[in-house]
Amino acid sequence: MAENTLDRAAKNIILSLQDYALLSGRALSNLFRRPLTLADIFTQADSIGVGSIPIVLLTGFFTGGVLALQTSASLSQFGAGAITGQLVSFSMIKELGPVLTGLMVSGRNASGMASELGSMIVTEQVDAMRALGSDPLKKLVMPRLVATVVMLFFLAILSDMVGIMGGGAIAVFMLGQDGSQYFHSSYQSLVFGDIFQGLVKPVFFGFIIASIGCFYGMSTKGGTQGVGRATTQAVVVSSVLIIASDFVISRLMIGIFGR
Amino acid sequence: MADAAQAEQAAGKRETWSQTHPGEPVVVFDGVSLRSGGHTVLDNISFRVMGGETRIILGPAGVGKSVLLKLANGLIRPDSGTITVFGENVGRLREDDLFTLRAHIGMVFQEGALFDSLTVRDNVAYRLNEDHVAEEEVDRRVREALRFVELEDTIDKFPSQLSGGMRRRVSIARAIISDPELVLYDSPTGGLDPITSTTIIEIVVKQRDFYNSSSLLVTHRLQDAFTLATHRFNDGNNKMEKLPDGKVNENTTFLVLHEGKLVFDGSTLDLVHSEDPFIREFIE
Ligand SMILES: Nc1ncnc2c1ncn2[C@@H]1O[C@H](COP(=O)(O)OP(=O)(O)OP(=O)(O)O)[C@@H](O)[C@H]1O
Ligand SMILES: [Mg+2]
Repeated sequence: MAENTLDRAAKNIILSLQDYALLSGRALSNLFRRPLTLADIFTQADSIGVGSIPIVLLTGFFTGGVLALQTSASLSQFGAGAITGQLVSFSMIKELGPVLTGLMVSGRNASGMASELGSMIVTEQVDAMRALGSDPLKKLVMPRLVATVVMLFFLAILSDMVGIMGGGAIAVFMLGQDGSQYFHSSYQSLVFGDIFQGLVKPVFFGFIIASIGCFYGMSTKGGTQGVGRATTQAVVVSSVLIIASDFVISRLMIGIFGR
Repeated sequence: MADAAQAEQAAGKRETWSQTHPGEPVVVFDGVSLRSGGHTVLDNISFRVMGGETRIILGPAGVGKSVLLKLANGLIRPDSGTITVFGENVGRLREDDLFTLRAHIGMVFQEGALFDSLTVRDNVAYRLNEDHVAEEEVDRRVREALRFVELEDTIDKFPSQLSGGMRRRVSIARAIISDPELVLYDSPTGGLDPITSTTIIEIVVKQRDFYNSSSLLVTHRLQDAFTLATHRFNDGNNKMEKLPDGKVNENTTFLVLHEGKLVFDGSTLDLVHSEDPFIREFIE
C-alpha cells in the first residue's frame, strides 16, 4: 500500500521533471527560430525589470546598511574596522545581491507568471492560442524566460551598487568611518573571480524564476483554486531552488577561482 | 452586398481541400477512445464529416462533447484510435505541423476563451497578426468579420466590457476570419436567451450555406439544432429563412453521445423517428 503510494509519487516526480525539461527546452529553442518577436520580450522586460526596481533598490540599500552595522563591531574588536567596505562589497557582489534580488523577483514575478498563465489555462485561452495556430511556448514562455534572465542580471548589478552605497552611508554617518577608506577597501580587493561569480548567479536565478513560474502556470489544473496552488508552489519551489543552486554555483566557482 | 460578393470571389479563388480531394471526408474518427483519471470519457467513437457537412453533436452534460472537439483539433491526443483531419493523422502529428493544419480549422470555445488582455480588434485579428498580414488588410478583414456577427461598434472594447452573447459572437468572428474549411463550435448558444441564440444560429447557417464550410457543432439546445436543420440562408436579404414544405437540410446530420459511446449517427428524420428509449427521452 505504502509502497504503491511511494511508487506513484516517484513516478509523478519523474514525469514532472520530464515535463519541466521539455517546457524549458522547447521554449528556449524558439529563441533560434525566426521571426523572433521582440515586442513580447520588451513588454515582459518592462514589467519584470522596471517594475522590480523599487523593491530591489530598497532591499539592496538596507541589506548593505545592516551588513556594515553588524560586521563593523566584530571587525573593530580585531582592529580591522577599516575593511568594513571590503566585507560589504564581497558579501553583496558574491552572495546577497544576486540571492536577495532573485528571491525578491521570485516573490513578485514567479508568482505573477504562474497566476497569469494559470488563469489563461483555466479559461482555455492557452488552448485558444494553440487553436489559432500559435505556440504558447513561443508567445508566452520564451519572452518571460529571456526577459527575466536579462533583467535579473541588471537588477543584481543595481542591487550590488546600492548595497555598497547603503553600507557606505551607514559606515560614514552612523559608525563615523572615513568615506574614502570605505570605498577604497570595497573595490580594491575585488578580483575577476568575484565579479564573475556575481554575474553568473543572476543568470541562473533568472532562468529558475521564469521557468518554474511558467511551468507551474502552464500545468495548472482545476479552476481558480488550481491557480492559487500553482502560484504558491511557483514561489516556494523557485525560492528553494535559488538558494540551493546558489550553494552549488558558489562551490563550483571556489573550485575554479580558488576563492 | 458588394463586400459579400467580394468575399465570395476571394473564397472561390483559393482551392479548398475538399475541392482538391472530392469525395474524401474532412474529418474521420476511427475507434477513438480517451480515458481520464481511471474512467473512460470516450469509448470507441467512429464517425466522419464530409465536405460541406454540418454534424450536430448532442448529449448530456459531461459526456465528453467538448473533449471530442478538442480531439478533432489535436489539442488533446486520444489514448487509442485514429483521428484524421484533412487527410492528416492529428493524434500523431508533431505540434509544429498541427499549427499548420489548424490554419484551416476555426474553433469556438464553450466559454469563448477570448484573450482578456487584448481588445476585440486584436482578438479577432490574432491569426492575421501572427501571419504578419498588412495593417490595412487586417483592419478591413476585422471589420468584415465583425460586421458578419453584427458587432462592428465593439471593435475597441475589451472582452470584459461585453455581454456573454457578444463575447460568443466575437469568438465566432475570431474563428472564421481566415475562412476556415472546418469550424468546430462548442455550445455557441449555451446559456443565452432565445433571441441571441437565434442570432448566433443564423451566423452558423450563413457560414454553412454561404461559405460551404464543414462543421462540428455541439449544442444543448435541441431547438437550435432543429433550426439549423430546417433553415437556409438567403443572401438576397441577408436573413435566415425556413426551408419550404417542411424540408430539412440534407447536409446537416446528428451524432448523439451517451455514457461515452456514440449511440446515434444519422439524419434529422432518423433522429426524430428513432425508437431508442434514451434518444426518445433526450429529444422530448
Ligand atoms: N484534457 C482532458 N483529458 C482527458 N479528459 C478530460 C480532459 N478535459 C476534460 N476531461 C474529462 O472529460 C469529461 C467530459 O468533459 P467535457 O467537458 O467534454 O463534457 P461536455 O460533454 O462538454 O459537458 P458540457 O455539456 O457540460 O459542456 C469530464 O469528465 C472531464 O473530466
Ligand atoms: Mg462542454
